[in-house]
Amino acid sequence: MNLNESFRTAFFNLTANKLRSFLTMLGIIIGVAAVVTMTGLGQGMRSQVVGEISSLGSNLLTVIPGRARQGVGSFIRARGSASILKYRYFQELQEMYLPGIQAMTAEVNLFKTITASGENTSTQVVGTTPDYLEIRNFTLQSGRFFNNYDMLHTRKVAVLGNTVAQDLFGEPSQAVGKIIRIGKTNFTVIGVLEPKTTMGQDLGNQVIVPLSTHQQYLGGSHYLGSITIKTVSQEDLDTVAAMVEDFMVRKVGDPDAISILNQNDLIETVENITGTITLFLAAITGISLLVGGIGIMNIMLVSVVERTREIGLRKAIGAKPRDILFQFVIESSLLSIGGGSIGVVLGTLLGKVMVRFSQGTFSLSPGAVALALSISLAVGLFFGIYPARRASKLDPITALRYE
Amino acid sequence: MVQDQEDRNERGEENMVSHNHHIISVRELQKIYRIDRIEVRALNGVSFDIVPGEFVAIMGPSGSGKTTLTNLLGCLDTPTSGQYFLDGEEVSKLKENQLADIRNRKIGFVFQNFHLLPRLSALQNVELPMIYAGIPRHKRHHRAVELLKMVGLGSRIHHRPNQLSGGQNQRVAIARALVNDPAIILADEPTGNLDSLTGEEIMGIFQQLNRMGKTILLITHERDIALHAKCIFHLRDGKLVRIEEVPNPLNAETIIAEIQAQKKKEKEDHEPQ
Repeated sequence: MNLNESFRTAFFNLTANKLRSFLTMLGIIIGVAAVVTMTGLGQGMRSQVVGEISSLGSNLLTVIPGRARQGVGSFIRARGSASILKYRYFQELQEMYLPGIQAMTAEVNLFKTITASGENTSTQVVGTTPDYLEIRNFTLQSGRFFNNYDMLHTRKVAVLGNTVAQDLFGEPSQAVGKIIRIGKTNFTVIGVLEPKTTMGQDLGNQVIVPLSTHQQYLGGSHYLGSITIKTVSQEDLDTVAAMVEDFMVRKVGDPDAISILNQNDLIETVENITGTITLFLAAITGISLLVGGIGIMNIMLVSVVERTREIGLRKAIGAKPRDILFQFVIESSLLSIGGGSIGVVLGTLLGKVMVRFSQGTFSLSPGAVALALSISLAVGLFFGIYPARRASKLDPITALRYE
Repeated sequence: MVQDQEDRNERGEENMVSHNHHIISVRELQKIYRIDRIEVRALNGVSFDIVPGEFVAIMGPSGSGKTTLTNLLGCLDTPTSGQYFLDGEEVSKLKENQLADIRNRKIGFVFQNFHLLPRLSALQNVELPMIYAGIPRHKRHHRAVELLKMVGLGSRIHHRPNQLSGGQNQRVAIARALVNDPAIILADEPTGNLDSLTGEEIMGIFQQLNRMGKTILLITHERDIALHAKCIFHLRDGKLVRIEEVPNPLNAETIIAEIQAQKKKEKEDHEPQ
C-alpha cells in the first residue's frame, strides 16, 4: 500500500466522522490560535518599539552626564546631570575627526515660557547645532532650519515644533516670520517642523534655537545636556562608543560621571524584553497544545478499539502492520496539522481584530507560522504513534472475532 | 542446450518444493496452545493434499480443531510444527509481513458475517485487497466492477453494506475474495448467517466458481451444506479422521428450483381457498 492510498484512507475516515474530527482538532486549534495571536502581538510590539527607536534617528550614540539607567523607549535623564559635560569637550571631540563618525550635535535644554500674539505656552527650549535636524531625523514643514552663520552670529532665530506653532499661532504655517518671546528675549521664527511622535511622546512640543544664542540669551551656561553622535554605519556604533567614552573619561576623570547610551544596546534591550514576553506567552499557550495532543491520543485510542474488526479484516486481506500503523499515524497527523492550520488562520484573525481595538501592531513572521505548524505536526505524530502501534499489533484472528 | 538448462532450472526450483502438483499440501500439522501450564493440542498431526480445482468441505464438531485448521490454512496463524505448502510455497515458517502478502495474493476469504467495511461502498470494499496489492486505481476500479457484475451485483456497486441484503453482502464478499485471483478460496461458514434459499444461492456461486476451476475450501458444520462439495474432510479431536468422497454433490441450482417450485405450489394451494 503506498502513502497516497494511506492518505486517502485516513482522510476518508476523518471526513466520515466530521463532528468528532472537529472536536478532536479543537484543542489544537485553540492552542495554535493562542500561540499565533500571542507571538503576533509580541512581534508586533517589538517591531513597533524598535521602529520608534530608529525613528529618533539611526546609528546614534548619546553622551549624557551622570550615571544613566538603561531605560526602554526614552533616554532616562541621569542623576547628577549638573555641570559635567562642557561645551569645550564637544568642540574638541568634533575637531578630533574620529573615524566612523558622520556627524555630531550638542544640546542644552531649558524649560521656558513662550509668548506670542497674546498666547503663551510653556515648553522645552533646545539649544543645538545645525546638524540636529538631520541627526534627530526631523523634517521641516515650512521655512528653514538655522545654519552655521546663525550660530556664529548668535542670531535670535527659532524653529518651532509643530505643536508649539499650533498652540501659539493656531495654524503652523502662519508662524514663519513671526516674533516670539522666550523668557525676556524676542526671537524670529524661521521654520516649523513636521509633527512627530515617538512612543506616545510628542516631539513637536519644543522650540529649537542655535546653541550659541541659547548660551548667550537663555542659559548663560557652558554645560551641555547631551552630545549626540551619528555614526556612519551600525557596525561603527560600538567602536565609536568606546573611543568617545575613552575621551570623555580622560576629560572628566570619573568614569561614572558620564554615560554613553548606545542605540544598539537600547534596541537589544527592547528585543530581549519583548522576546522574553513572547517566549513566556508561547510557553503558556504551548501547554494547551499538549492538552490538544492528549485529546488526539485519547480519540485515536477509542478509534482503534472501535475499529478492531476493520483492522482485523484489513490484516486478513493483506494489510501489513506497517500499513495499519501508517493509516492511524496519518489520521492523527492530519487532525493535528488541520487543527494547526485552522489555528493559524483563526489566531491571525483574532490578532488583527485585537489590534483594531487597541494600540499596537500585529506582525507574524513566516517562521513563526512554520514553527506553529511543525509543532502541531509533531504533536500529532507523537501522540498518534502509540495508538497506531496498538492498532498495527492487533492479532487478525482475535480482531476478526471481536464483537 | 542453454534453453534446456534454463527450463530445467526453472522446473528444478519447483521440484525442490515437493508436491508441486498440489495446490495445498499439509504435513503433520500441529498446533498446541499453552494456557498457563495446560497444553491444548488443538491440532494434532494433520496431513492431506488438495489438487487444483478441488472443492473440499471441512467438517467437524466444535472443539475438533476446525477453526484452528482454518486459521492455519488462511495464513492467519502459524503451526507449532509441521509443514504447509500453499501453491508450491512453504508458508508455515514465514514472518508476519510475508504472511500478509500470501493472504493478499493467494487466499480469498469469505466469512460467516461478511466482514465488509460499513462506510465503504460495495465497489470500494471489493477494491480493498487490490489497494494492499499496490494495483493502480483505474485497474482496481475496472476489476472490481467486473467481479461485482459476475456475482450479479452490477447494478448495486455504489450501495453500502447496510443498503444490501445478507445474500448481497456475501456476494460482495465473494467478489472481494476473488479480486486478486487467489490460489484458494477459504469460505468459513459462508451460509451461517443466511436463510436456506439465500444460502443455496451462495453455494451456487461457489459451485459455479469451482466449475470455472477455482479451488474452494468450505468450512461448515452443516452436512447439507458440506454435501455441495466434492469431498468432505472430517475432523475430530484435532485429527483428520476420515476423507469422504461425495459421488454426487448436491446441485445448488436444482435445489433452488425445487424450493421455488415448492413455494409456487404452496401459493397455488392457498389461493383457491
